[in-house]
Amino acid sequence: MTEISPQEFINALPFARALGMRLDALGDGRAQISMPWDARFIGDPATGVIHGGAVSALMDTCGGAAALSYPGATTTATIDLRIDYMRAATPGQRITARAECYHVTRRVAFVRATAHDDDSANPVATATGAFTFDHKAHP
Amino acid sequence: MIRPEPVQHVKHRRDLALKTLVGAVPYAGFLGIVFERHGDELTAILPYDDKLIGNPDLPAIHGGVIASFLEVAAIIELSWAMLWDALESGRLRPEDMAANLPRLPKTIDFSVDYLRTGLPRDAYARARVNRSGRRYASVHVEAWQDNRARLFAQATGHFVMPQSADD
Repeated sequence: MTEISPQEFINALPFARALGMRLDALGDGRAQISMPWDARFIGDPATGVIHGGAVSALMDTCGGAAALSYPGATTTATIDLRIDYMRAATPGQRITARAECYHVTRRVAFVRATAHDDDSANPVATATGAFTFDHKAHP
Repeated sequence: MIRPEPVQHVKHRRDLALKTLVGAVPYAGFLGIVFERHGDELTAILPYDDKLIGNPDLPAIHGGVIASFLEVAAIIELSWAMLWDALESGRLRPEDMAANLPRLPKTIDFSVDYLRTGLPRDAYARARVNRSGRRYASVHVEAWQDNRARLFAQATGHFVMPQSADD
């Protein structure tokens, strides 16, 4: 983790690159990752709104990055992720996810995340997830 | 006596309706998801592609791809179930669907269990509508790769149903 730059982390994940994700901030169990609106990611052609699955992918990547940035973390994988879709993301606007690894045990990282578009006061979606967590201290 | 409808008419109607429904969702095309139909039963197929990888070291399919695949499968299944009666009764002509696409259900929440690593090969999913009322629906989806009995992911989602014009 520490040997590569934040954007190299994203570029190493082919699907994150395919969605055009950008790592904006990372460290201490927190991550911020954003992705552009793109016509290829539309879920409902009547509205031009991005598919929920693309927002899930952003939340999952951001949650995993938050877990990996927790001090001592070595690897992670998603155990479960639940997303609540509060409102449709506005077409044409960038979506930004922020994730926080708010508790870790020897084996599990608990993560919560929110996503918003240009209106940062009204989240587009929130998520909670459990990720596998491996420590350097507990191999 | 009413003669049964010729089988090729039945297949053409159902296949055109399904193709139009799925073809209208750009993100399904971006992921390469296709559907197979047997009667009214749908199987979603995610053909393997290098861009779907999340962890190149294993390699494993990205968790976000799996969540996306399951959500696409759930929404298409729910839409398909919603349109079936209108299609079969002739109230909805598949030829008219492209110009007047049906409104899709909106996801309220979606919860994914990652049971096994997604391997770099094709994946399959089937969704079951457990409850579908006028306003809300609950859908469960199961996904597998090599063995139908060894799921690699499952999900439950809740949806708001589109309201028809006469509501």
